[in-house]
Amino acid sequence: MIRLCGVSIYQGSFALRDVCFEVPAQQYAVLMGKTGSGKTTLLEAICGLRPVAAGSIYLMGRDVTRLRPAARGVGYVPQDAGLFPRMTVREHLGFALAIRRWPRQKIAQRVAELAELLGIGHLLERRPQGLSGGEIQRVALGRALALRPGVLVLDEPLSALDEETRGEMYDLLRSVRAESRATVLHVTHNRSEARQLADIVLEIQDGQVHHVAPGK
Amino acid sequence: MMRWGDSSGVPHAAAPPAGRPLAESGLFDALFVGRLSSLLALYLAIVVGLLAALASFTSASDVIRAAQSPEIRYAFWLSLGTCTLSTIFSLWVAVPAGYVLSRFGFRGKNVVDTLLDIPIVLPPLVIGLALLILFQTPLGKAIERIHPVTFAVPAVVLAQFCVACAFAVRTMRVTFDQIPVRPEQVALTLGCSRRQAFWLVAFPEARRGLITAATLAWARSLGEFGPVLVFAGATRMRTEVLPTTVFLELSVGNIEAAAAVSLMMVIAAGIVLLLTRMFGLRGTGLI
Repeated sequence: MIRLCGVSIYQGSFALRDVCFEVPAQQYAVLMGKTGSGKTTLLEAICGLRPVAAGSIYLMGRDVTRLRPAARGVGYVPQDAGLFPRMTVREHLGFALAIRRWPRQKIAQRVAELAELLGIGHLLERRPQGLSGGEIQRVALGRALALRPGVLVLDEPLSALDEETRGEMYDLLRSVRAESRATVLHVTHNRSEARQLADIVLEIQDGQVHHVAPGK
Repeated sequence: MMRWGDSSGVPHAAAPPAGRPLAESGLFDALFVGRLSSLLALYLAIVVGLLAALASFTSASDVIRAAQSPEIRYAFWLSLGTCTLSTIFSLWVAVPAGYVLSRFGFRGKNVVDTLLDIPIVLPPLVIGLALLILFQTPLGKAIERIHPVTFAVPAVVLAQFCVACAFAVRTMRVTFDQIPVRPEQVALTLGCSRRQAFWLVAFPEARRGLITAATLAWARSLGEFGPVLVFAGATRMRTEVLPTTVFLELSVGNIEAAAAVSLMMVIAAGIVLLLTRMFGLRGTGLI
């Protein structure tokens, strides 16, 4: 579950004021808003990459407002995926596990599971250079899901993809959501993504977030 | 819009208003590029001219004789050693400094930026003088009691370091500025500490910038003359480095020897440049 209470973020002349919303556990929320409305800023704050000036953030019932990103248990897929240029896909999927010094066998097992779920088994030894847009998003998703986070945060994951790939990704995101049982916050400016995927639709406007009826 | 006298009945676009004709032939583009290239060629000609002048004033036998002189041999190895040391120290400071300057904002950052540029802008002689005065202060004297610095070899390294480091920091800052910050942020959400994010994600990307910074620092150290002269002195077989040799030979009117040593420095610098280019580009698929 994701809950923000009275969250205010200031960045230069831009501000989000007194933002309050809740995404119940295991629901798929789509956050919509115009470019520059603060969607990425909000996601960064939820991940702990940006400090909040006021308010509290609850993830899975815990107050994480003061916690470092590493301690929040969020899976983050940024815009442009942010893959590590010098690591193989296998190293991406196992990154979070290697940091925690999991035994090699367990890492291999989890990497295999993720590769199967995301259909990237044939890419494991490849590096990010030369991967297609869809493949890059799958790797980024796999990297974020490795530790089974309770909260998954996606920043415009489908905006760089063509129609056909996007259709494949809808199915993929649905199966990922079902398998991981995470609470998902998916940011986009594309209404059809909201229609296809969302249980809840939120809109960010003038520094405020409010619920919108899905399918609107 | 119909044109008078046009019997085809097909409308034509109106003729463009009178004025500058469009550059229709590739000639204009070729002239433009030609003009730019000629400036490049001019500077290249100056550089080649300088090298040729040096080479012409000396001969192979002069260079060999210089290479056999024990004073110049000492100066050569001292130069090599001190430049390498000051480069290592410069990188040791520049990598973290460049990273902090690139990734973090803090109050007074502008002041820090300006201070870091000062060794680049200040005349090198002034840096030497400042070092000399610094080591006359109580703090400096305390350090000298532990190990002599002024007019000794450590002074050479310190003088070189003060200037070379400024260039290295600038280079590393630009390097980290060009490395996107998102992957490091993702690494943090995946469980990395800042330290792990730096070593595992940011630093591997900075390799080429590191090589550039090292080359710059080394080359700068090799040529550093003013501060070395003032702070370390020009004692033969003690603190004489190759630029000092050139100065000393010039001051006794021995221009052939000065030119010979200068050519030695050009060759040494050229080899270093070549090596670092090779190592810097290997693994990137470019060679």
